[in-house]
Amino acid sequence: MFDDPVLLSRVQFGLNIGFHILFPSVTIALAWVLFYLRMRITFLGDAASVLRRSYYLWIRIFALSFAVGVVSGVVMSFQFGTNWPGFMNKAGNIAGPLLAYEVLTAFFLEATFLAVMLYGRERVPNWLHLTGTFFVAFGTTLSAFWILALNSWMHTPQGFIIDDGVFHAADWWAIIFNPSQPYRLAHMLIASGLTAAFLIAGVSALQLLRNRDHQPARGMLRLGVVMAAVLAPVQIFVGDLHGLNTLEHQPAKIAAIEAIWQTEEAVPLVLFAVPNEKERRNDYAISIPKGASLILKHDPQARLPGLNEFEGRHPPVAPVFYAFRLMVGVGVLMLALSWWAAFTLWRRGVMPRRMLLTFSGTTFIGWVGVLAGWIVTEVGRQPYLVYNLLTVAEAASDVPAGSIALSLFGYAVVYVVLLIAYILVLTQMALKETTGEPQAQDVLRAGGLAPAET
Amino acid sequence: MTLDLPFIFLVLMALAILAYVVLDGFDLGVGILLPFAGRGDHDIMVASIGPFWDANETWLVMGVGILLVAFPLAHGIILSALYIPVALMLTALVVRGVAYELRTKAAGWHKELWNWLFSLGSLGMALAQGFMLARVITGFAHGGWQWAFGLLVALGLTGGYALLGATWLVIKMENELRRRALRWSRAAVMLTAIGVAAISLATPFASARIMDKWFSIPQILWLSPLPVLTAAALAGIWVFVARLQRGLSSREWVPFVLTVWVFVLSFLGLGYSLYPYLVVDTMTFREAAASDASLLFVFIGAVIVLPFIIGYTMFSYRVFWGKAKALSYGE
Repeated sequence: MFDDPVLLSRVQFGLNIGFHILFPSVTIALAWVLFYLRMRITFLGDAASVLRRSYYLWIRIFALSFAVGVVSGVVMSFQFGTNWPGFMNKAGNIAGPLLAYEVLTAFFLEATFLAVMLYGRERVPNWLHLTGTFFVAFGTTLSAFWILALNSWMHTPQGFIIDDGVFHAADWWAIIFNPSQPYRLAHMLIASGLTAAFLIAGVSALQLLRNRDHQPARGMLRLGVVMAAVLAPVQIFVGDLHGLNTLEHQPAKIAAIEAIWQTEEAVPLVLFAVPNEKERRNDYAISIPKGASLILKHDPQARLPGLNEFEGRHPPVAPVFYAFRLMVGVGVLMLALSWWAAFTLWRRGVMPRRMLLTFSGTTFIGWVGVLAGWIVTEVGRQPYLVYNLLTVAEAASDVPAGSIALSLFGYAVVYVVLLIAYILVLTQMALKETTGEPQAQDVLRAGGLAPAET
Repeated sequence: MTLDLPFIFLVLMALAILAYVVLDGFDLGVGILLPFAGRGDHDIMVASIGPFWDANETWLVMGVGILLVAFPLAHGIILSALYIPVALMLTALVVRGVAYELRTKAAGWHKELWNWLFSLGSLGMALAQGFMLARVITGFAHGGWQWAFGLLVALGLTGGYALLGATWLVIKMENELRRRALRWSRAAVMLTAIGVAAISLATPFASARIMDKWFSIPQILWLSPLPVLTAAALAGIWVFVARLQRGLSSREWVPFVLTVWVFVLSFLGLGYSLYPYLVVDTMTFREAAASDASLLFVFIGAVIVLPFIIGYTMFSYRVFWGKAKALSYGE
């Protein structure tokens, strides 16, 4: 594989975008959680001392996550050009303006008000600090809107004309609100909510394992559980709608997800199998008769298009098939865990130790679901970059494979180290907070560098 | 009325890059200077750039974004040609950004490690950007001489960033640290002056086209104020730093403003040398431009949004105005 520049470019871009998405998945929703906490602190006044402690732990975690998201996002903005110059040559007229609007309306907004939100507490009036916090949350969501508009357009392109092999915009409204955009946006925003919910619940559970009476962690655990319990069923419903939308616009992707090799009627739902790409069939399949027809067409006899209709232009089946099952599995697990926990909290008010262990073990489960979901949708679009119109190979750069392999190695090392550091520091911050040990920032103040007033 | 959109976007891109160089330049400079300060001074130095670095870095995304949006054909060529230095810069950028956060959240030797990585990342970004600039000037030509020129520009730009950082610290620091920042400013202004002179001398030899553009009559006449003004600004920094050191003046912002002025003048010279090319001798900005329909769509957005961006950027600098204080989340 080390001499195939297209594959190396894909691995590199996939690695980068996969690393990047972990952090927006946390921050998009966490920003709104912080805004909510900030509002409650304002309106509760002195009664909010417990909330205030939670707020300061989570604003630290937010700052850290946001920084990693920003810098890995900058890397992506360059890799569009370094790895896929053909994409910009052909589709630059569409992709460029959407990215430009993301920078103009979202990046500057969130970056500037982040400073006000993080460090401005003692420098601006309360209402302005609240407004700043709102702008950060609004900016992260707006950023998701623009980038998902572009990504969705690559899946369900419309509103353009092709002149001399180059895409030209004809109708911006149609480009931005392309058929898969609302579903993808909703699916991703809720995924962020679930990722943040399990992160909050997991970190709080870890804190409670260290100190059962830690009040801030109790409140945040409840918040995380409730968020997850509400969002998990909504996500399953929205995910189903997204799937139906995909069937309409990208039938090859659905055929790969369900491993349907031949077009037929009354298609069974394959629960598990080993897709055999060579023989174009499934080995060791366990399936429910007529299940796929029922789920996708709401009619047990319905006819579904198989991969045979897309020979030579459908995605590799195995990664899409497995990733989809992983994603759905994570979704179902989230639903079960959050409802079980919500029920326990409602009846008993506290979580037993076993449940705390379970939740601290699933702190990053949202990441698994998000990555699996993105693998389904992105690998599911292969071999195209813009569905049915531009292939990945056509867009690849002619940078020598050696250069790509070298930089790929560099990025991989940095990302692995950073991910480990992120998780370690996050855990350390959370555990320290339960014992009331001074945090690094307080040490700074104790050193006499800043006045100690609050 | 028809708008010359490719030209407008060329100007916008130039302004975004200039804004990036000046704004991120000072916070990269502070990172580069960190190892020269005592351990106890690291926090307050980083605190002086804490509220700004993220937004400053966004101008880089803006610059490369306009290149992508307005000049998609050049975007691919330039970024492919700069593949390795871009990868190095981005690695440094990632390490630096994360180190910024982790240095305040880790304790003990971890903190020292992240401080060190923060400086290394800042230095790496400055060197990589200088090297890229040299590659752009020479039109991505290969050869031993081009590498030497690349190294020269990399060091020159790093010196310039260190000067921006040092003069920024003169404004933001107090007492002993301010005195140190003044000493750093003196050293950095020497390095910058040598860098600017060497790059100016080497550039015409690196590109025959630029040689022609600089030394033909009458261009040389109306180009001549540029080096004179640059030299005057550099000398002004030297003199003013000395006056501040001796307590003869209290206008601490003058060296920083003059340094920005040096960057603006150098940037003008560079722009003049390269115009109208985006890829030297190969592709002009008009050849690389996106369709007018797409440019107009972005132009409308930019006209509406840019005043807001400038407005709240100024607001942010006002909020964090004055001598730096330790940053706290307000607990």
